Amino acid sequence: MINKLWIFFIVVGSLYLIFNGKADVLNSQILSSGKTTLDLIIQIFPLLAIWLGIMNIAKQSGLLEKASNFISPFLSKIFPEIPKGHESLGLISSNIIANLFGLGNAATPFGLKAMESLQKLNKEKETASRSMITFLVINTCGVTLVPTTIISLRMMHDSTDPTSIVVPCIIVSFVSLIIGLIIDRLFARRYK
Amino acid sequence: MKLISNLFIPLLVLVVILYGAKKKINVYDSFVDGAKEGLPMVLNMFPPLLAMIFGINIFTNSGLINEVFTFLKPLFLLIHVPLEILPIAVMRPLSGSFGLALLNDMFTTYGADNYLSIMASIIQGSSDTTLYIITLYFGTIGIKKIKYALWAGLLADLATVILSLIIVPLFF
Repeated sequence: MINKLWIFFIVVGSLYLIFNGKADVLNSQILSSGKTTLDLIIQIFPLLAIWLGIMNIAKQSGLLEKASNFISPFLSKIFPEIPKGHESLGLISSNIIANLFGLGNAATPFGLKAMESLQKLNKEKETASRSMITFLVINTCGVTLVPTTIISLRMMHDSTDPTSIVVPCIIVSFVSLIIGLIIDRLFARRYK
Repeated sequence: MKLISNLFIPLLVLVVILYGAKKKINVYDSFVDGAKEGLPMVLNMFPPLLAMIFGINIFTNSGLINEVFTFLKPLFLLIHVPLEILPIAVMRPLSGSFGLALLNDMFTTYGADNYLSIMASIIQGSSDTTLYIITLYFGTIGIKKIKYALWAGLLADLATVILSLIIVPLFF
């Protein structure tokens, strides 16, 4: 799937640029993507290391397991394949909570650890498991209580009420999350 | 809300460290061991992200998108969807920074409090970059067959756009 999409992006984009005589744009896109990626990684890396450190303390002290016991009745409905008390439940809930508070940077390390942990439960290591896809859908729905980037962008553009978008945002993202989870469940049944 | 948001990280850090101290584990060593995992993780992250950014940049900067929008215009006018929000609705799942740049353009053109700008803000704010998340999470742990993940993610994004079209008129 990703393979086909990738071919499509590159072939269609390149041909369009070439036929419009904009080979220079194509050149700079090809040459700059490495730097764009490296900049992104450099942005992610320091925060990732800090959160992995903090998370390791939470894991070794048993705090993560405790937190997962607390919310697992709720999460086990969404993730029926994860055994009760498994560490991934604690990581998933940490990711969801960090996202809720608009801490995308803190949410990513939790999400990555959660995926690694789900990978341990996964039987076919190169194929996404049902739980992984459910977790992914939760993340793509971008459920958040404070869309910080957008509020600050609105402030930058002199909005009279920058936070007026918060409540509709919460409603839209929560309802789309529920729809997303239903879609995910329907797909999971078909793929069984 | 802002206070809760600002206090969240410090409190979380404090609780984790105090709990670790209470359970008498060596929190310092534990932190160092955990942080050590960061490097292999970003090394695994780099190749799939590079591949995706490489492809997406060529596509999004080709200008083809504008052609597609001009082509789709009559259809969208027919179902009463404001055409101005179309670019952000389509590009949001593909690229977070591109979506933000589009939003910035709209704020500059129409003003931040314009109805269309608000609708675009809500679409941008209530969803996330599906393709980036798939690449980042699945790429890092080495998943190659993503099954229905992309479809589920994109359908949820479509739901976000449709919901925004329904809910925004109720508020503004």
